[in-house]
Amino acid sequence: MDLFEYQARDLFEKHDVPVLGGAVAETPEEARAAAERLLPEGGGKVVVKAQVKVGGRGKAGGVKLASSVEEAEQVASQILGMDIKGHTVHRVMIAPAAAIEEEYYFSVLLDRANRTYLAMASREGGMEIEQLAVEKPEALARVAVDALEGIDVVLAREIAVAGGFPADVVDQVAAAIVKLWGVFVAEDATLVEVNPLVKTADGRIVALDGKVTLDGNADFRQPEHPGLEDEFSADPLEAQAKAKDLNYVKLDGAVGIIGNGAGLVMSTLDVVAYAGEEHGGVKPANFLDIGGGASAEVMANGLEIILGDPDVKSVFVNVFGGITACDEVANGIVQAFGLLQDRGDEISHPLVVRLDGNNAEEGRRILTEAALPLLEQVDTMDGAAARAAELAAK
Amino acid sequence: MAIWLTENSKIIVQGMTGSEGTKHTKRMVASGSQVVGGVNPRKAGTTVDVDGIQVPVFATVAEAIKETGADVSVAFVPPAFAKGAVLEAVDASIPLCVVITEGIPVHDSAAFYQHAVNAGTTRIIGPNCPGLISPGKSNAGIIPADITKAGRIGLVSKSGTLTYQMMYELRDIGFSTAVGIGGDPVIGTTHIDCLAAFEADAETDAIVMIGEIGGDAEERAAAYIKDNVRKPVVGYVAGFTAPEGKTMGHAGAIVSGSSGTAQAKQDALEAVGVKVGRTPSATAQLMREIMTAR
Repeated sequence: MDLFEYQARDLFEKHDVPVLGGAVAETPEEARAAAERLLPEGGGKVVVKAQVKVGGRGKAGGVKLASSVEEAEQVASQILGMDIKGHTVHRVMIAPAAAIEEEYYFSVLLDRANRTYLAMASREGGMEIEQLAVEKPEALARVAVDALEGIDVVLAREIAVAGGFPADVVDQVAAAIVKLWGVFVAEDATLVEVNPLVKTADGRIVALDGKVTLDGNADFRQPEHPGLEDEFSADPLEAQAKAKDLNYVKLDGAVGIIGNGAGLVMSTLDVVAYAGEEHGGVKPANFLDIGGGASAEVMANGLEIILGDPDVKSVFVNVFGGITACDEVANGIVQAFGLLQDRGDEISHPLVVRLDGNNAEEGRRILTEAALPLLEQVDTMDGAAARAAELAAK
Repeated sequence: MAIWLTENSKIIVQGMTGSEGTKHTKRMVASGSQVVGGVNPRKAGTTVDVDGIQVPVFATVAEAIKETGADVSVAFVPPAFAKGAVLEAVDASIPLCVVITEGIPVHDSAAFYQHAVNAGTTRIIGPNCPGLISPGKSNAGIIPADITKAGRIGLVSKSGTLTYQMMYELRDIGFSTAVGIGGDPVIGTTHIDCLAAFEADAETDAIVMIGEIGGDAEERAAAYIKDNVRKPVVGYVAGFTAPEGKTMGHAGAIVSGSSGTAQAKQDALEAVGVKVGRTPSATAQLMREIMTAR
């Protein structure tokens, strides 16, 4: 999960990383109240910043300076509701203005390729890191971090020196890096980025803007993390699926997809999209992995979510019987139809089912005998995808 | 031969007394694996009934190895305890540790992977993987054994069900070993490790490699194939239709910006002469042509 800037700031503060004050506002009135508190710290000025999880908000007009509570309120009302690269601004952060002398860059992240962590640092901060890496690769230090040893003050100093930080700030920067490593570890983060890390006119080192990505697998030991989810971003169907413990992602097509196993479902989306090319560009409507088990209840829950999507015109159930044999899956589908009817849901769209693998013949026989309305079977994944796409195009 | 897992492999199950552990221990034994023990400090000295055979439970991995000569561990322990279990297996110098558990925090995986690298005596497969099978010889994990037969194709895949699909499509030709390496961002054994092992394996003639969006493991595997692999390789990549920024089931399956796309992976593989199928069955067909032409 990616955090907003204001959430990153809060986490930094919690772990003693030097930051400025800051407050989040969802209305111009809240922005005004926050400005009232923060104007003194900013020497009579505050910055109102759009909270979106996308770069380039400054250029898009999503960051503005204000010199009074009235101006802060007015600027906030302009920024709230703004669309920045397809992201609607639901919140602004109010921060005291800082007298910046220099801008630096620091991040620590999971390095998948090397299966460890990587720290990156540069005295040239401010611009996007991708741009810096391309335009001035020599200015960006990359230092591998041992997953067991982490970053102590000695390594932090090495990182700061490698990043070319001026000698007079190296100690302060190293101290901030150790604290940021603390955030990375304590919060189970996969990315902690500060851009810019600034030196203020009065010589302090401050993390001015931060990006943090958290590992959802660690939620069991990070009870506060689920509360950081952005309630505005979740699609209602995705939220409904999550409440039922289903792995669902809404897409923009018309063929509803249910399958077992993440890889097989991803592959199913592709195969449906290829088949859709023959049927006026029909596309998959969602990703939904019901996992290896595929019990009747899980199948019913999955069908319920998919049939609740108004964009869906046909449904493709693609199951490979491995651990759970196809006869059990077929019984699950038959029972799911019953459960849905009991819940008052109607199967309103054609359903194409492909069962393959263990006990496939028995599974197919069960479905044939059940003679469920609007359900048809196709024996191969490619053939079933083509049929589902054809039905959605009708 | 086969890779890493043979008829002589002696398997212990960490978390055997749990419901998943017991269920899959039975399946492993039914498919011919030698499961010689389980580990659970709170149930040491007891046994688990596996279809009439009493499998002993030991307090520690080290004790299990000492008593049984085990050389493979399969871990089914819950995410919160997985790190401790793997560290223990590494400290006991077990040669192969297969981590089935899904949902392990990546900080824990990075820690036990580094610990294994430092120790230098344990290969980790997974986490969040279905394990590996050498059909007709042994099965360490949750791969269904009866969907294919022994043969001379090697298979490496990030995805469990796509592994099964491919094993099933090519069941008449058969596999030397199929390895599910898992879909997490940090995994103990990579495509490259498997390619190297299959290239060196006298019982493997050709290799199927299944990848998916996220990271750059497939691109690096392509570079490795170019310089090191002489056996024919057929590839498949899932996730062409995945949108940017959305995780598709596996924690590692996410396209960020221009990196990790399926197209980039396919291009990299094709550039080094790997034939890439558009669908799983088209991929199986490519492999079928290679094997029947031999």
